[in-house]
Amino acid sequence: MQAEAHMLEGGFAEPVLEAQATFRAVMDAMARPAGIVRIGPNATPPAPLTPLAGAIACTLLDADTPVWLDPLLSGSEAVRAWLGFHTGTRFASAPDEATFALFRDPAGMPPLDQFAQGTQEYPDRSTTLILQLESLESGPPLTFGGPGIKREATIAPRGLPADFAAQWAENTRRFPRGVDLILTAGDALACLPRSARLMEREG
Amino acid sequence: MNAPTYNFAYLDEQTKRMIRRAILKAIAIPGYQVPFASREMPMPYGWGTGGVQVTAAILGPDDVLKVIDQGADDTTNAVSIRKFFQRVAGIGTTTSTGDATIIQTRHRIPEQPLHEGQVLVYQVPIPEPLRFLEPRETETRKMHALEEYGLMHVKLYEDIARNGHIATTYAYPVKVEGRYVMDPSPTPKFDNPKMHMSAALQLFGAGREKRIYALPPHTEVVSLDFEDHPFEVQRFDKPCALCGAEQVYLDEVVLDDRGGRMFVCSDTDHCETRRANGFFGEMAEGGHDAQTSPLRGGRTEGPGGGEDGTNIPPPLTPPLKGEGNLSRPVAGVGSCKTSETSSFDCVAQAEGTPPGRTSSGHPPLKGEGSR
Repeated sequence: MQAEAHMLEGGFAEPVLEAQATFRAVMDAMARPAGIVRIGPNATPPAPLTPLAGAIACTLLDADTPVWLDPLLSGSEAVRAWLGFHTGTRFASAPDEATFALFRDPAGMPPLDQFAQGTQEYPDRSTTLILQLESLESGPPLTFGGPGIKREATIAPRGLPADFAAQWAENTRRFPRGVDLILTAGDALACLPRSARLMEREG
Repeated sequence: MNAPTYNFAYLDEQTKRMIRRAILKAIAIPGYQVPFASREMPMPYGWGTGGVQVTAAILGPDDVLKVIDQGADDTTNAVSIRKFFQRVAGIGTTTSTGDATIIQTRHRIPEQPLHEGQVLVYQVPIPEPLRFLEPRETETRKMHALEEYGLMHVKLYEDIARNGHIATTYAYPVKVEGRYVMDPSPTPKFDNPKMHMSAALQLFGAGREKRIYALPPHTEVVSLDFEDHPFEVQRFDKPCALCGAEQVYLDEVVLDDRGGRMFVCSDTDHCETRRANGFFGEMAEGGHDAQTSPLRGGRTEGPGGGEDGTNIPPPLTPPLKGEGNLSRPVAGVGSCKTSETSSFDCVAQAEGTPPGRTSSGHPPLKGEGSR
């Protein structure tokens, strides 16, 4: 009974305007890869889904977008019920069937090539990954270039898989196919669209 | 706001989410046309339904919207779209390029360089640059997939073979980040260099063709050309007749039936700002060289002008080939101030204008721009 009541709460208080504000933050971040955008999350989903990831889910997910949850999230009945109620989303049984994927534990995530990559004709039919990280500024620095980036941009996400650099290089090689990433930590968000190219580390 | 209540920015939330997802993919794959489920809008296809849907999906209550049609803030299409969003979103609007956060445009890029944080939304009639070369969508899609753009170069080559130069002057194809060939919408090729490494995010919406594509800021946009026939933009012999601006895109305005004509800035905001700052062209009222203005009995340019000393008063002969200049202070036609307080004057003027006199009095597909 208590779980059911919790499921009904914690969505946007002003769904129209808050979804718009969240989307603009994600759009700005996607247009300026590896640049950090801050937005006060205004959804309060049940743990382990974070407020910012919950807000992004409320903004982008609906019945048209199967979502894949990593084991920590899909193990939580409260999270599944909350997402189902507030977004109307369906749950994908396999990563490559998902339009979106949500991660509580990005370090243990399946390889990027397990997700939908789109086709050469329709590269947009690929998965967008939403990652809950510990921090975007205290991890190992990664420097990116490409469209949306004036010269270069550096971000230091903590909690990515150990072989992320190699995986991302593979993702770049698949262009125009490939996955896009939305990184979140606290109230900070940054995007890595497939067009963002990881620069060689100096030294 | 007492009218039947629409959702904020007209579109329902489900539609906005669908468009927003398409926009994110479009940004992630610069130059690629993302299909989207374009909705019917309360205006016909060809009047900017694609751009309107993109604008509606990104618009927030704090945004300041500017709408231009062939560079002008005061033509029917621009006025009605601006009014539409004032009504369904209650947002602020402006005609000043620098003050706007979102600029929806039909076929021009403002002369004033855009800055970080601005979004330029294009209304696109035909998003597929290869469409006139290959009518089948299945084939053009495969050509994009395989990066097979030889046909486009053949087309440009045939231009050279026939005319001695690349005769394409608008909707001039560009290559984005060395991958996708993209139609910049029917902007004059004069504007192509402004797309390259622009500080603003550029979004393209094609309502009838159901495509959205994008250029993130600081993105490489290269106009296709050949080593021995490099890309060049149009040049104009004379500066703007009203503000004296050079290196801007000019519209030709026919003044009478004896060959009198003038060339004025297509970008009305740019022109007005310059005049407010004291720059005047040869035909400007109250300019420094007003004595040479045709209104004051001075010389006129072109044949048929004032040979007998009786100057034809242009106010009585509206521009025949109007590019939406009716409400400009051209020789005494009531000037339309572009401040927000007087926007109703603009509306009244635009709406009171008989069809065929404004540039948007006809659907935008009928070969606008110079061939």
